[in-house]
Amino acid sequence: MSVSWHVVCRSEAVIPGTGVCALVEGKQVAIFRTFKDRQLFALDNFDPIGRANVLSRGIQGSIGETLVVASPLYKQHFALATGLCLEEDVRIPVYEVREQHGLIEVAA
Amino acid sequence: MNKQRIVVVGNGMVGHKFIDNLIASDQSGQFEVITFSEEPRLAYDRVQLSKYFAGATAEDLALTNEDYYQAHGVNYVLSDKVERLDFINKEVITASGRREAYDKLVLATGSFPFVPPIPGNDQPHCLVYRTIEDLEAITKSAKQSQVGVVVGGGLLGLEAANALKQAGLSTHVVEFAPRLMAVQLDEGGGQLLRRKIEAMGVTVHTQKATTEIVAGEKCRYRMNFADGSHLETDMILFSAGIRPQDELARLCGLELGERGGIKVNNYCQTSEPDVYAIGECALWSGQIFGLVAPGYHMAKVALSHIMGGDEAFTGADMSTKLKLLGVDVASVGDAQGRTPNSKSYIYSNDVEDIYKRIVVSADGKRLLGAVMVGDAEAYGTLQQLCVNAMDLPADPNVLILPAVDGAAQLMGVDSLPDTAQICSCFDVSKGAICCAVQAGAQNMGELKASTLASTGCGGCSALVKQVMDAELTKLGVEVNNDICEHFAYSRQQLADIVRVKKIRSFSALLESHGTGHGCDVCKPAIGSILASFWNDYILEDDHIGLQDTNDIFLGNLQKDGTYSVVPRVAGGEITPEKLIVLGQVAKQFNLYTKITGGQRVDLFGAQLNDLPTIWQQLVDAGFETGHAYGKSVRTVKSCVGSTWCRYGVDDSVGLAIDIEDRYKGLRSPHKLKFAVSGCTRECAEAQSKDVGIIATEKGWNLYVCGNGGMRPRHADLFATDLDSDTLIRYIDRFLMFYVRTADRLQRTSVWLENLEGGLDYLKQVIIEDSLGLGAELEVEMQHVISRYQCEWKTTLSDPAKLKRFSHFINSDARDDNLVYVQERAQVRPAREQERISTVEVVEPALV
Ligand code: SRM
Ligand SMILES: Cc1cc2nc3c(=O)[nH]c(=O)nc-3n(C[C@H](O)[C@H](O)[C@H](O)COP(=O)(O)OP(=O)(O)OC[C@H]3O[C@@H](n4cnc5c(N)ncnc54)[C@H](O)[C@@H]3O)c2cc1C
Ligand code: SF4
Ligand code: FES
Repeated sequence: MSVSWHVVCRSEAVIPGTGVCALVEGKQVAIFRTFKDRQLFALDNFDPIGRANVLSRGIQGSIGETLVVASPLYKQHFALATGLCLEEDVRIPVYEVREQHGLIEVAA
Repeated sequence: MNKQRIVVVGNGMVGHKFIDNLIASDQSGQFEVITFSEEPRLAYDRVQLSKYFAGATAEDLALTNEDYYQAHGVNYVLSDKVERLDFINKEVITASGRREAYDKLVLATGSFPFVPPIPGNDQPHCLVYRTIEDLEAITKSAKQSQVGVVVGGGLLGLEAANALKQAGLSTHVVEFAPRLMAVQLDEGGGQLLRRKIEAMGVTVHTQKATTEIVAGEKCRYRMNFADGSHLETDMILFSAGIRPQDELARLCGLELGERGGIKVNNYCQTSEPDVYAIGECALWSGQIFGLVAPGYHMAKVALSHIMGGDEAFTGADMSTKLKLLGVDVASVGDAQGRTPNSKSYIYSNDVEDIYKRIVVSADGKRLLGAVMVGDAEAYGTLQQLCVNAMDLPADPNVLILPAVDGAAQLMGVDSLPDTAQICSCFDVSKGAICCAVQAGAQNMGELKASTLASTGCGGCSALVKQVMDAELTKLGVEVNNDICEHFAYSRQQLADIVRVKKIRSFSALLESHGTGHGCDVCKPAIGSILASFWNDYILEDDHIGLQDTNDIFLGNLQKDGTYSVVPRVAGGEITPEKLIVLGQVAKQFNLYTKITGGQRVDLFGAQLNDLPTIWQQLVDAGFETGHAYGKSVRTVKSCVGSTWCRYGVDDSVGLAIDIEDRYKGLRSPHKLKFAVSGCTRECAEAQSKDVGIIATEKGWNLYVCGNGGMRPRHADLFATDLDSDTLIRYIDRFLMFYVRTADRLQRTSVWLENLEGGLDYLKQVIIEDSLGLGAELEVEMQHVISRYQCEWKTTLSDPAKLKRFSHFINSDARDDNLVYVQERAQVRPAREQERISTVEVVEPALV
């Protein structure tokens, strides 16, 4: 399957340690940048437990070796790399994200 | 001396366990080991297999590796199946023709998935679920499929269904029996599980016998059922039970059970004395054990026997606790009540979807079994009661009834015998946990490392922690206060470090005193410490990632993802003009409006995109942020006082406003609430606040450390008849001392209760300045006060910061998930049920 990349914002828009939400092909995609090594991740913005579009506004961190974001609603942790929830048996979609020429792009 | 040669056929979970136990034993030098695996890799954790779908790699699942085996002199041969056993020459012969002699032979060949003999079951997208290779095949097939069917509604089948659902397939479970998990659950439990699983979008078909699999019309295949119905699907996963892998034993004449399985005695010896069988291939007393814990026990027993010991295998507890598709399910002992004359208690709650049943002996004294679906809290307790044959409480009902959440307290861990098995996966007893704690394990991580307890299925973790905490308390050890895994310090210690070392950012602190990336526990706590001492603008790039969403968007997050707007109304005094502005803003943005318990107005349901405009209008009208978000000073409640009230002895409103203006914006370990009453009638309820002030004929009485909320506490009288300056000085010192020394999320009430020396000590520090800290605390408070800024005003004047206030970074669109209904002439978020019908009405095309 061929992926198509969508430019969503300038690199500086995602401050290390925070997230933003982008609208890509009708989907809400939460994009995060870690503060330590500035890696980018993209997950679905919908918190399946709180049932609201809020994940981009969660606090990032690590649990053991796993990089996570905590939902701002009820604090469940979702692995940034896999979308897997650490507390409940759910998983949210992850998307590909990259940085090119000072722009952030998402594949969806 | 010649070493004894042990050959282990099968390097699965149990075969590896046997070898691992041997390595750990002090007699390991007397043996030479070689193991054969039909699979291309050494043992991995089959129990956690489904994690593979969640991104775990074969490496993550590995239980051992080649280096480890090499380092310990274990020989291994991969991808080579043992095909013949020669008991006369004591040799094994593999598919590749290799021969190895043995003194003792251990068969640990496990089991294989049973595929019902249905015509058409051998097509390319008909798969099973047992090895990593199987999972690779499933992943590949799922990518080319839309619909998936799991044949078999047992424990593994439901796990497989979860995997298909996660892969995005429309998922069905087809079960031959009349209910799900027929082995573990009774009728009631099975029904509830079915309801819950169907609610999650997995379709369940029970009492369906598949007669053939033919080509489909809409999908790849069509399954025809005996009752004439059919189902179309693109792939089929068979999970209809396991069969012991006894082919080798059968070929070579070992004694088998009627329905398969290699017969063993209590020492795991087969009909050939030098040949042992352990794990899922072994049949003991007519039973095959399809769980890993009994297999591990067998591994221990066989090794002990080979080494001349006499440990025996006498059966195993088959209790299980799992989370299947997000539903807690547990089964203990005789869950179905098959013991003659047994009696049952059943608790069934259709509202919260909980089903529990306990089975007790005829005399009502012993627990024989239990089933739990939807709420498995009591699992640890019930399993222990059952396995240790402990006395039941006089009224066994309390074990399953919710109101008396008694189970845990009823049977505190203290009442368990030392021999009680707490972790069945790794056979760890209560005694072993206590020993490990005495030997220095002080937290779950250390305990797991030293005992392995709770590192298997995880079902025992709550109980393990209870045992550990109880033992720590017995040893007089303070239970660990580290704020989280990233900092081995309490909040107070971190606050000292930040202050003494003048650390100004989270990254600096993490680098000098922490590990990892931080988390949602330490980040906001440290953010608050930094703000308490330095009071920098909290939305600086350096600090923004530390803040809860409430602090970033300067409002409280609501259940639907919108925010609330609470402007400060110091002392509760507000002009008619300002009230009108609040009304106008609420009306313009359609915000739900309510008077709070803190004497001000809350506007709910503001969308991110609107927050700046709303606040611009409020700031223009002279409002400031009310800090209803964040851990900070909330309100200073007042009564109307001497200005109007005929009993008032002093101006409580005036003082309340002064105090609120003085301390507004102060960040603290938890929120702070104040009140000022104009006389002893106490209409402002000052004695329920962190800081309460009551006017007297001679000045002000100061009360501290009151609390409403979850655990109300009356404030303590701290000092009497103070003049205003002294009052303020004491409050300055009191607040700063609290900010410096309290734990994360500790209200002043709890802080005082934990303060050594209590109220008297606090009085010495604040009033008598016994620590000589008074001046320093006042200076710190002055510094914080001098740096006050209305966070909303600062934010509004910074276009860069305002960019955040948009739901999307790349679009002005709004969150399309917000749905409202009218109630009592205002809006409120639609409930799930209303939401479904609303969506249907508005956009029928979506449904
Ligand atoms: C709006 C309000 C209820 C109302 O409609 O009246 C309210 C609403 C919330 N309260 Fe409260 N509390 C409100 C007055 C109170 C009071 C009464 C008072 O202040 O006089 C109390 C008891 C007094 C006390 O705190 O000692 C109170 C005790 C709590 C507690 C329990 C604190 C405790 O120590 O046990 C929490 C939970 C917490 O803070 O951890 C809480 C938490 C909350 C939160 C922040 C829950 C949350 O995380 O979403 C609510 C957020 C409101 C929002 O979105 O804006 N709220 N809450 C009141 C706002 C007052 C204000 O103007 O700022
Ligand atoms: C998806 C899944 C989830 C599970 N979840 C749980 C759970 O939550 N809790 C629990 O207690 N149990 C669970 N189990 C069961 C658990 O995995 C088994 O009880 C355990 O693996 C049995 O270990 P074993 O060594 O007997 O068999 P296996 O782990 O199957 O190992 C046998 C090995 O022997 C090899 N072998 C067979 N014949 C030969 C031969 N002739 N020559 C060479 N090699 C051979 C096989 O290829 C295999 O590698 C689960 C199983 C699966 C598949
Ligand atoms: S009492 Fe509970 S529900 Fe009511 S506002 Fe306070 S926190 Fe919310
Ligand atoms: S019982 Fe499975 S990990 Fe302890």
